[in-house]
Amino acid sequence: MTEEIKVTCLHDRHVALGALMSPFAGYDMPIQYVDITTEHNAVRQKVGVFDVSHMGEVEITGPDAAKFTNYIFTNDINTIKAGQILYGMMLYPDGGTVDDLLVYRVDDNDFFLVINAANIDKDVAWIMEQAKNFDVKVDHQSEQYGQIAVQGPEAEKTMGAVLGIDTTDLTFYTFKKMEYDGKTIIVSRTGYTGEDGFEVYADPAIICKMWDQLMEAGVQPCGLGCRDTLRFEAGLPLYGDELTPEISPIAATFGMFVKLDKEGGFIGRDACAQQKAEGTPKKLVGLELEGKAIPRHGYEVLDGENVVGYITTGYHSITLDKSVAFALVDRAVGALGNTLNVRIRKKVFPAVVVKKRFYTPNYKK
Amino acid sequence: MSKIIDGLYYSESHEYVKVEGDFGFIGITDYAQHELGNVVYVDMPEVDDEVTAGEDFGAVESVKAASDLMSPVSGTVVEVNEALEDEPGLINKDAFENWIIKVELSDKSELDSLMDAAAYKAMIGE
Repeated sequence: MTEEIKVTCLHDRHVALGALMSPFAGYDMPIQYVDITTEHNAVRQKVGVFDVSHMGEVEITGPDAAKFTNYIFTNDINTIKAGQILYGMMLYPDGGTVDDLLVYRVDDNDFFLVINAANIDKDVAWIMEQAKNFDVKVDHQSEQYGQIAVQGPEAEKTMGAVLGIDTTDLTFYTFKKMEYDGKTIIVSRTGYTGEDGFEVYADPAIICKMWDQLMEAGVQPCGLGCRDTLRFEAGLPLYGDELTPEISPIAATFGMFVKLDKEGGFIGRDACAQQKAEGTPKKLVGLELEGKAIPRHGYEVLDGENVVGYITTGYHSITLDKSVAFALVDRAVGALGNTLNVRIRKKVFPAVVVKKRFYTPNYKK
Repeated sequence: MSKIIDGLYYSESHEYVKVEGDFGFIGITDYAQHELGNVVYVDMPEVDDEVTAGEDFGAVESVKAASDLMSPVSGTVVEVNEALEDEPGLINKDAFENWIIKVELSDKSELDSLMDAAAYKAMIGE
């Protein structure tokens, strides 16, 4: 049984640009147009644009919208006002991660959730199920939106000069709704690269038009290949690697997005509180290797000769020119500065535990 | 269209052997480097290591993925291309000029089971 692969509204354009295409989360997506290094550096140094139309959107409205959204979300939406955004997770009761997501506070009874493409069906079913005892309307809108991400130090300039969208009024993790070609679009100062940048949610026809304007202006199209190298360097997790039904945000050391003491609690709260108090058996750490050998997802991490964990994501970092990784290891060996080993094929390489944020993000706060 | 050189031996896993006397220079084909994209690391064996036909002896890696290197022949490594340690991208510039290991062949009859240029060309569909 194979489901038909889906495409985004920009698919024909990717093919015409000669992109290397590959299935990702059920969509035929561009991995690279030129090569990962060129696209990665364009975002770090200038500006690049990503097709992220595969991401899912769910709008929650109604009298209980705030109460309900806060109940399924680890962060605290009572700490933000309309026009602001929070990052956080949805959890199972045992603390395992359903998904990580963004919550846009449109107004006090209206929340816009952006979820991972691979999890859309699962998340929507989960949200619907939890919503039964709340007076809310859950509206799955993924099909209505295309989405692009314009990322890099020149993103603000590009948004203004190429798309005619003034973003100087937006600070990091804020958004606005605006009229564009007679339709309402959402523009936010967010991204997944560790650089300043914006994400635009709009009708697919508008997204296509914007993409064409960006191409005409010479903005580098960027594929999912560099999306992963960029987010990784900035210490950002990828659902499926660093957060899974087995890996809670506490184990992944993203506890800052889990507000244990917020009013009304949330699904997974008690499990997280216990994990925080007792310490999870495993924790996510950063590793830095000497030399150029590259630790990849799934490779074993050893303490002496004992297997103590595995690599969740690893690259030879393009920006740092160093081999670095995230690894899920036994808590006892995860202290900063500790030396572990990574098995790469037949050889074993020393790796020092370091902070997970390999590259300091350049956000415009 | 990929470059293919007459007179070399080719494997199904896209390595080549260039034979000089009792020695073979092993690398990956131009087709393979193109499929792989920018090479950022080459994991090579050490001099005096044994390699066995059909078994892996290292890997070539792009940013995204590692591809095992399978030895087309058996023998003893007598030299590794140290230039690739500092500049793995040489393989993208000229995959045939930039061989990976030089091996003293232990069984030259193994070459008979490899493809010639015409057969390899047919296999990759060019």
